[in-house]
Amino acid sequence: MAINKSNKSKFIYTILAWGISGLIFFPILWTLLTSFKTEAEAISASPSLFMFDWTLENYRDVLARSPYFDHFWNSVIISLGSSLLGLLIAIPAAWSMAFVQNKRTKNLLMWMLSTKMLPPVGVLIPIYMLFRDFDLLDTKIGLVIVMTLINLPIMVWMLYTYFREIPNEILEASRMDGANIIDEIFHVLLPIALPGIASTLLLNVILAWNEAFWSLILTAANAAPLTAFIASYSSPEGLFYAKLSAASAMAIVPILILGWFSQKQLVRGLSFGAVK
Amino acid sequence: MATTNSRSLARLMLFPSVLLLLAWMIVPLCMTLYFSFLDYNLLTPGNDEFIGLVNYEFFLTDPAFIESFFNTLLLVTGVLFITLVGGIGLAVLLDQAIWGRNYVRIMVLAPFFVMPTVSALVWKNMLMNPVNGLFAHFATWIGVNPIDFFAQMPLFSIIIIVSWQWLPFAALILLTAIQSLDREQLEAADLDGAGPISKFLYIVLPHLSRAITAVILIETIFLLSIFAEILVTTSGGPGYASTNITYLIYTQSLLQFDVGGGSAGGIVAVILANIVSIFLMRLIGKNLEG
Amino acid sequence: MGSITLKQVTKSFGKVNVIKPIDLEIKDGEFIVFVGPSGCGKSTLLRMIAGLEDTTSGTIEIDGQDATDTPPAKRGLAMVFQSYALYPHMTVRNNIAFPLKQAKLSPEEIDKKIANAAKILNLDTYLDRKPGQLSGGQRQRVAIGRAIVRQPSAFLFDEPLSNLDASLRVNMRLEISELHKSLATTMVYVTHDQVEAMTMADRIAVFNAGIIEQVGTPLELYNKPVNQFVAGFIGSPKMNFMSVKPVENDPTVTIGVRPEHLVITKDSGKWHGTVGVIEHLGSETFLHVHIDNGETLTVRADGNCDIQYGDKVYLNASPDKVLHFDAKGLTLSLAAKDTLMSA
Repeated sequence: MAINKSNKSKFIYTILAWGISGLIFFPILWTLLTSFKTEAEAISASPSLFMFDWTLENYRDVLARSPYFDHFWNSVIISLGSSLLGLLIAIPAAWSMAFVQNKRTKNLLMWMLSTKMLPPVGVLIPIYMLFRDFDLLDTKIGLVIVMTLINLPIMVWMLYTYFREIPNEILEASRMDGANIIDEIFHVLLPIALPGIASTLLLNVILAWNEAFWSLILTAANAAPLTAFIASYSSPEGLFYAKLSAASAMAIVPILILGWFSQKQLVRGLSFGAVK
Repeated sequence: MATTNSRSLARLMLFPSVLLLLAWMIVPLCMTLYFSFLDYNLLTPGNDEFIGLVNYEFFLTDPAFIESFFNTLLLVTGVLFITLVGGIGLAVLLDQAIWGRNYVRIMVLAPFFVMPTVSALVWKNMLMNPVNGLFAHFATWIGVNPIDFFAQMPLFSIIIIVSWQWLPFAALILLTAIQSLDREQLEAADLDGAGPISKFLYIVLPHLSRAITAVILIETIFLLSIFAEILVTTSGGPGYASTNITYLIYTQSLLQFDVGGGSAGGIVAVILANIVSIFLMRLIGKNLEG
Repeated sequence: MGSITLKQVTKSFGKVNVIKPIDLEIKDGEFIVFVGPSGCGKSTLLRMIAGLEDTTSGTIEIDGQDATDTPPAKRGLAMVFQSYALYPHMTVRNNIAFPLKQAKLSPEEIDKKIANAAKILNLDTYLDRKPGQLSGGQRQRVAIGRAIVRQPSAFLFDEPLSNLDASLRVNMRLEISELHKSLATTMVYVTHDQVEAMTMADRIAVFNAGIIEQVGTPLELYNKPVNQFVAGFIGSPKMNFMSVKPVENDPTVTIGVRPEHLVITKDSGKWHGTVGVIEHLGSETFLHVHIDNGETLTVRADGNCDIQYGDKVYLNASPDKVLHFDAKGLTLSLAAKDTLMSA
């Protein structure tokens, strides 16, 4: 029986897929569960998956002992601020490259991507010293500037691949219809490209939220986003598993939800249009 | 295909991006280059004289550099290998008809959204800790000695953590690529008498080449500058066993305040990255735009 | 008003000259078709008239005014694109309203004009849909609607029917022709399909490799093509060409006969050959005859023709239907040829 056989293989594949994806997801699940345990239960030698006394103690502790919301707010400002600023600079550039192509366009795109290949340590000392001299160390504005610059090539690339899918004829039609460049961009290009622009924004918010090199080096107590704040749990606070879990959960859950919503567009954006 | 008018407008609109990126690249890079020729240490100020290539000589002959060079290589290739092989496997599996594929995909994707400091801390403390970690509990339960991951195999442990973070990315991109494969090609291969293995080797894998290129490129960009995972787990130790070039330069410049030496290291890192990027750019030039 | 005058217009991309100097006068109210093989420069010239491409040298005058450097929005022309280029995020109503809003018309006026266009083009029931929900033919109508509401001095069409299926194409062809009759506005229409050109045009300009080979009414081009290219391009199936042995005092190297001017008999005639593939269309029959010198001629015969594959046949043509071409491919007029012969 054909149906029976394909159902059987479907069953086997399902078990396999759920098993493997469960293993991959397990560290996150475990962190979320541990955040609701008491410290004693968290290090218990015979840990229980769900059968324990659920408590919100750890969340209360984390919020009481450290300015968690300040760091959360820093993360929001830095990731959203740099992404919006980046869009402002990247949209005109992507428009140019997508709709007014010339022989150099491809080289320019490659060059922009190659700036991403520049290892941050190559510019670590000057950036650190410039930040020190301009009083930008441990400020949100300083980190917004850096995040904007390091994500700019990705934004231009992503927007470029989205814009490329809009037929030039539509923009030409608007020109024939009497639209000037401002009308053309605001009434025709941007509305059509809105999904692409939204996913570019989202991906860059995620990348900036999780960025850890410059955040760790350029910030201290004042402007530290969550990535840097969590690093302070490195030791010895890290041995308080339940509190570490609660702090971690609060740092990753917002972006986890955002990411799940946008997973489809993320693939295209992240692969620079190589995969659709 | 445009008018002079729109071409000059295009140049104008391109200007801010190009200028900013140029400034971001050139200005600090020139400063790094300049510092790298100085005997410049923040602990002994006012003493920064020109010493030629001495910093480079010190950096390149430092055993720590050799070790961290190979660590970087191992880290990048190790993670690329694990995520590509695992990613292709997962992509093929998730491409099958299964129940609840959306939930499976959400679970697989999740680690990608976890910030590096959190994933490193969770793995280090809650899973790999030799006393209270889950792996240790499991080892005791089956009756073997728990492994002290970060003491016995520090680099390998970091490779595992980083692979866990990047596996979702590879799997998702490859899955999307597999799903865009024209099913009629596979049906034609069926009629030609191809088995599952030859179908995979001769049809699926070539179809994935573009996606694989993209994965290698993007992962390499990020893997070359792995930092947070090392900082919060091993701090590069024991010794230099888990120090990569990025971390080595960080310790030299910001922990030992050796601006000259750190800058020389930075320039070396830039040159190495350039070698890799020339190779990668060739790869994409051929594969991405095709 | 809608006359367009091109004076010594050229276009080059780098070192490639895609338009060699072209002079052309398009009269007000005329329906002119640019036809030619792909890459001949016809679309580029249309886009230059629209202002979407720069003119390298020469001048473009619209209604007597030099418009060579005027931006597209200021030329008062409307264009219908091959892909229709509808704004996907706007409803049909807003698509049509867009040019009117750019022209800062009052909302009442806009509503009136949309209602009028919708009536002409049968779009009433689709006005609040988005382009994605329309069929190809409906999209085409919206694109035309967006063009007519502006009351432009001329319409530019860039291969507007090439994305439609065959039967729809015939319908839209008629609709555009009717629209032209009722609006009496200048239309410049680009196509690679000579049937469209023949059926719709007042005048046709035949393009080849960046120049205009000939301009004339459809029948002028059919009956008196100036050269071998035009003769071969106009008419379907294509004209048959045969090379001839050079004769003293006669510069003819090629002769051409249209399939419909060849008469097939079994008895005697100018050319002898064997019948190859026969295509029965019901209303007519096309026969491919391999004549003895090795060339193959297409013959149009009656729908109920009873000739079989492999039959030996003779072909004839009346002398005034045979065109003569010289070594450069130029048509030799019969009168000119007679003087040559008698000399």
